[in-house]
Amino acid sequence: MELRIDSAAVEQARRLAAAIVDPIADFIAGHTTVAVERAVVRLLGIDGIDADGIPLPNRVVDALTDPAGGAARALGAAVAETGRAPRDVALALVAGEPLPDPAATPEAALRAALAPHVTRALAHIDARRAERDALIARLPQAPPPLLYVIVASGNIYEDRTAAVAAAEAGAQIIAVIRSTAQSLLDYVPHGATTEGFGGTYATQENFRIMRAALDAVSERLGRYVMLTNYASGLCMPEIAALAAFERLDMLLNDSMYGILFRDINMQRTFVDQHFSRLINTRAGIIINTGEDNYLTTADAVEQAPAVLASQFINEAFAHRAGMPDAQIGLGDAYEIDPDLEDGFLLQVAQAQLARQCFPAAPLKYMPPTKHMTGDIFKGHLVDAMFNLTSVMTNQTIHLCGMLTEAIHTPFLGDRALALANARYVMGTARHFGDEIGFKPDGIIETRARVVLGEAVALLGRVAERGLMESIAAKTFADVSRLPDGGRGFDGVLAKNATYWNPFEDALRPLAPA
Amino acid sequence: MKLVKPYGDTLDDGALQLSFTLPIEWSEAADEAARALVAKMGFTDVAVADGRKIAAGFSFFVVYARTPVAIDVSTIVAPSATRDALDMDAVDELIRRRVGRKIRIAGACIGTDAHTVGIDAILNMKGYKGDYGLERYHEFEVFNLGAQIAVEELVRFAKDRRIDALLVSQVVTQKGSDIANFTALAELLEAEGLRDGIILVAGGPRVTNLLAAELGYDAGFGRGTLPSDVATFIARRMAERVPA
Repeated sequence: MELRIDSAAVEQARRLAAAIVDPIADFIAGHTTVAVERAVVRLLGIDGIDADGIPLPNRVVDALTDPAGGAARALGAAVAETGRAPRDVALALVAGEPLPDPAATPEAALRAALAPHVTRALAHIDARRAERDALIARLPQAPPPLLYVIVASGNIYEDRTAAVAAAEAGAQIIAVIRSTAQSLLDYVPHGATTEGFGGTYATQENFRIMRAALDAVSERLGRYVMLTNYASGLCMPEIAALAAFERLDMLLNDSMYGILFRDINMQRTFVDQHFSRLINTRAGIIINTGEDNYLTTADAVEQAPAVLASQFINEAFAHRAGMPDAQIGLGDAYEIDPDLEDGFLLQVAQAQLARQCFPAAPLKYMPPTKHMTGDIFKGHLVDAMFNLTSVMTNQTIHLCGMLTEAIHTPFLGDRALALANARYVMGTARHFGDEIGFKPDGIIETRARVVLGEAVALLGRVAERGLMESIAAKTFADVSRLPDGGRGFDGVLAKNATYWNPFEDALRPLAPA
Repeated sequence: MKLVKPYGDTLDDGALQLSFTLPIEWSEAADEAARALVAKMGFTDVAVADGRKIAAGFSFFVVYARTPVAIDVSTIVAPSATRDALDMDAVDELIRRRVGRKIRIAGACIGTDAHTVGIDAILNMKGYKGDYGLERYHEFEVFNLGAQIAVEELVRFAKDRRIDALLVSQVVTQKGSDIANFTALAELLEAEGLRDGIILVAGGPRVTNLLAAELGYDAGFGRGTLPSDVATFIARRMAERVPA
């Protein structure tokens, strides 16, 4: 089944999104953030915490005498002067030995001193990626839509039990949702954690625990089970670095979500999302963007063009990080009011429109949440219609809806019911979409054209006004954010003439795709 | 006195359904364990309609049973805060007539809760299900502080802006975080001497008016609440406070 939509309009949307991102790319190229620098520090092998529980990457970046020159120069100078590995430089710092002034070391010497550590980090990331490729080749996944469920007990060990049970019940992707406050922490917590609210902290150790459990169950089931976490909030690049090291397969990673929905400073977010996507690109990690949030916070029928426009913008930002389409999991959600007559038709229109606009993207389809009321019986039915839409329109990443949405974080049995629902609907209707066509100029096709037209108009207005100015003017999600407002603005730095980030150099320039 | 039991297909049959997971491998003995467990809860005529493996070491059951107990519904009281809601114009008119000035309202998701769906539905201009949000009312001045607002910050805001009504929302209920946050706010307002001057309203999918009353709130609004329900409550409560 194929919608007859105007391919010139699709091309125009893509051109406008590129034009929107261009000036932001220039801004990104000239700036760094404390989170980017902490990610560099982590990539160089520095982790752990000091006696007060402060992560060493934070200690190192806070101690920089020339932060606008980047952490790599300071560490390179220290490695060159002392012959220590970067991690030992950090431990010496904690023991009271200040970082040397990088200006005192010749540029060539400090760069050369760090080079083997940069090479080692990239080789480590490449090795984890190759490992994933080999596992998927040996343990092939069931065909998409890939069934994705969330675990969120707050305790990583309970999450592990839930994740293994979900995998056995048919889940192909497990996301460990984070504790609700983590997006606002300006550091990454350390170690295995057993306390969290509405989720479990993202830490490197928690990643390791979950990866090991899923690798074991993948072997047992003969199919690779993917692991997902969140590169969002104030630590996007650090989480990306940790995820690359621990072979996570997907990360939630949106270019504007933090700005709009967490009031994180836009300059911070733009710079952070870029560096995180450079890392994700290298690591082969599929990003999931957060367009579903437009729909949960406002009317889903009205917001459809904003979703499509945001998908084009997220794609343009990802392309600037060199990310191939196969890693750009653009988001959408099934959030239209179930009481609206023909609402299902509008959902199909939107999902199919995204499929045709982004044919190579592993689209991420999110379940109904806003209109789930606690009536689990109706909720299970609405989820079934969502499952049908997903399989009909060839969505790739399918977050299974829970009948107990709006009641509690899922019980183990809720996940099993959700997976059984999805497996039933997707099995019984597997090739339905290949067998039917849309009525020419019918409700679905007309709706898709209207949404595409309005998205192009919206992108045109944003291109004209500028993205930062448009966000300030409430263009997205009906919220206004100012360029110097929001959390984390004090962590944005203009790079100085000496700035050096060997990973940025190694990963990819910002030139338009 | 009016004794009531669940109704299956005959008055007083006490029939109801349960579903649950047991952390055991499925077998016929697991079905029997589920049946025995439900019988031990005090139910009779227990029938395991479905029992199956959902993962290694976990089984899921759907059970029908009858309860011998009944409840005297004439003794149950749960006053609703949602009563005869006025429409937007009537609320504005009531405020103009009886309060004589704009009512200042602040709303927030407190603590670490980041789910603003509920508070936004009540406050945002657009509203919910065709019922305009409080920002649209002429006689309300609304401050929506958004997600993850510390209780201390909200109290400071209420004091600085001389807020008349505070609307706080909690969606995440894991490990009782909602109750802890609601309580912390009520206690801090009390400690700051602000409680009596503020109409304090709790909201969220699991909030009931009864729960809110127990926590020392003026009202609680749960699922299905429309903005006009909240608007009417605030306007009437303000009107009561102003001498006629």
